[in-house]
Amino acid sequence: MSILDPSTFQVLLSTLPQQLSNGLILGSVYALVALGYTMVYGIMGLINFAHGEVMMFGAMICIAILGVFSGFDINLWIALPSAVLLTLPCCALLGWSIERVAYRPLRQAPKLAPLISAIGVSIVLQNLAMLFWGRGNIPFPALQNLTPIQIAGANITSVQIGIVITAAILMWVLYLLIERTQMGRAMRACAQNPDVAGLMGINLNKVIASTFILGSGLAAIAGIMVSANYGQANATMGFMFGLKAFCAAVLGGIGNIRGAMLGGLLLGLIESLGAGYLGQLSNGYFGSQYQDVFAFLMLILVLVFRPSGLLGEKQGARA
Amino acid sequence: MPSIQTSMRLTAIALACSLSLVGCGKKDADNGAVKIGFSAPLTGAQAHLGKDAENGARLAIEDLNAQNLQIGGKPIKFELLSLDDQADGKVATTVAQKFVDDGVVGVIGHMNSGATIPASRIYNENGIVQISASATAVKYTNQGYKNAFRVMANDDQQSPALAQYAIKAVKAKRVAIIDDRTAYGQGIADGFEANIKKLGGTVVKREYTTDKASDFMAILTAIKASNPDLIFFGGMDTQAAPLVKQMKTLGIQAQYLGGDGSYTASFIKNAGAAAEGAIASLPGKPLEQMPKGPDFKKRYEAKHGKIELYATYNYDAVMVMVEAMKRANSTKPQDYLPEVAKTNYEGVTATIQFDDKGDLKNGAVALYKVEKGEWVALPTVQ
Repeated sequence: MSILDPSTFQVLLSTLPQQLSNGLILGSVYALVALGYTMVYGIMGLINFAHGEVMMFGAMICIAILGVFSGFDINLWIALPSAVLLTLPCCALLGWSIERVAYRPLRQAPKLAPLISAIGVSIVLQNLAMLFWGRGNIPFPALQNLTPIQIAGANITSVQIGIVITAAILMWVLYLLIERTQMGRAMRACAQNPDVAGLMGINLNKVIASTFILGSGLAAIAGIMVSANYGQANATMGFMFGLKAFCAAVLGGIGNIRGAMLGGLLLGLIESLGAGYLGQLSNGYFGSQYQDVFAFLMLILVLVFRPSGLLGEKQGARA
Repeated sequence: MPSIQTSMRLTAIALACSLSLVGCGKKDADNGAVKIGFSAPLTGAQAHLGKDAENGARLAIEDLNAQNLQIGGKPIKFELLSLDDQADGKVATTVAQKFVDDGVVGVIGHMNSGATIPASRIYNENGIVQISASATAVKYTNQGYKNAFRVMANDDQQSPALAQYAIKAVKAKRVAIIDDRTAYGQGIADGFEANIKKLGGTVVKREYTTDKASDFMAILTAIKASNPDLIFFGGMDTQAAPLVKQMKTLGIQAQYLGGDGSYTASFIKNAGAAAEGAIASLPGKPLEQMPKGPDFKKRYEAKHGKIELYATYNYDAVMVMVEAMKRANSTKPQDYLPEVAKTNYEGVTATIQFDDKGDLKNGAVALYKVEKGEWVALPTVQ
């Protein structure tokens, strides 16, 4: 079985639309979570390792609310959006409190201190979630029976279409918010130089708080999307997803909003195409057991040639 | 890469926390009781299985303590010292060392083959009796350790039964295999592949994932293109549930077949309608067919809710260990170890006898199918 073999090539071609859509769905979620990492890093120079946990709480809270709704026999198309709308403020509040409790007191401390405190918050949140919702997987209640739709040779469920469209809208809105509004301008100013921005009358605390609120909201939606798509959520789901999204942010250039979006989508596509085609392209020498190796190899390659990521600014421009 | 360093740091901190937490609990109960170690993943994605196993072992300890046993002429109370190994071989060796330092007389565990095998070396060096209730990888009892036993049929006993069912009952000709690259998943998948080939089936695709993944769309798309009649998965329910859902999303009609890692209540709960028709194996006979089965089920469920998977086997493992102590009239590992090897115990899951390696003799394997949201036993294959 070689790539030049016409029958293998035909298989590659026939599965391509499906693999691209798989990658796109995965990538949209990575991008949403990566945005939270990149916004916080851009302004504070801090990697918020508790971000994945905020995402997990989004999934868990939404499932809990849906569980309450199911007792009242509410139509799914009313229940789901209202559960999402109720989850958002909870997670925004969570993100805000994390910043207030774990990072603000350490803002003048050496860089390592808030990093350790971030890891601490992450462990506390994970264990809290285990206390509230148990250690196992909990099922996402509403969307159990979905028949897929065929689009251009790819099977896609309505949940997955919803994921891609919602992610695209959210990223567009965030982009406008940062580029076109007063708050966005304040954020960009703080990212360039927090001290000078402060001297110009920008309330740094307020800007940082709203960054955490925005990022946490996006993470919450990403968490809901993931649990709806896979049909389950557990207290530890945030860790791996957070790590991948963090890599996506680095790939795109950490601190850069468009970079996080691009990095997320790319990582999703690389993972999916890598897992799907590595075996066939390497003539069976490398199978899908190398999918993560492949994804991280791409990341390393990008960083070797562009240390600040695909869309990252040169280090000199920021110092 | 900061992320790798940080994840290592995270693991280290988590381990320190969990060890110190358990340590605190132990101090309060240090009353001269005989300590038996227990280890399984109590955090992480398989924590629900680990807790279930622990509950089973704990129930056995409670039953034994209620009997007011006398061993070596004095009254004996047992205490279960439970530590989290995170389903990770590296953490498992740390846990094993801690058990040795704390002077446990025997260890029930670990849950995963990938944790059991590295830890077994430490128990062997220190002469501690180890009975695993669920590590099925063949290697565990093939290392020449005289102190290592298991009360569940191993993958050499399980995979022929699975392959036979796939070829004879499902009439599958083209088979695709996925495993999660853990000692257990890889072992059972390799065994299954070998047996399928022996029975004349074709393995059209072999794909891989991890025990932390939740997205299988890419490998399933590749599998779909090879048009299999049956998909076998070597791994645990945390992956199996989204896997069968994604099979439905992609419109794959193939029969799903899994090992004991798929046979859980959570699998059905989380996969929902997609679980319907899935088949999984479980060593031992169905509980209803065992003399002590229904009573155990009733007592366990009154206390902890539905049995996930390994509770019964852990109950048996503790009982086998203590029965050997009773016969040897000693709780010292060197005294009761020969008695463990001579075990002939009517357990909840099976009549337990060990061969010279420490494997279960005549391990039966039962197959189950999901029908209307419940696991229903199919005829037992010997």
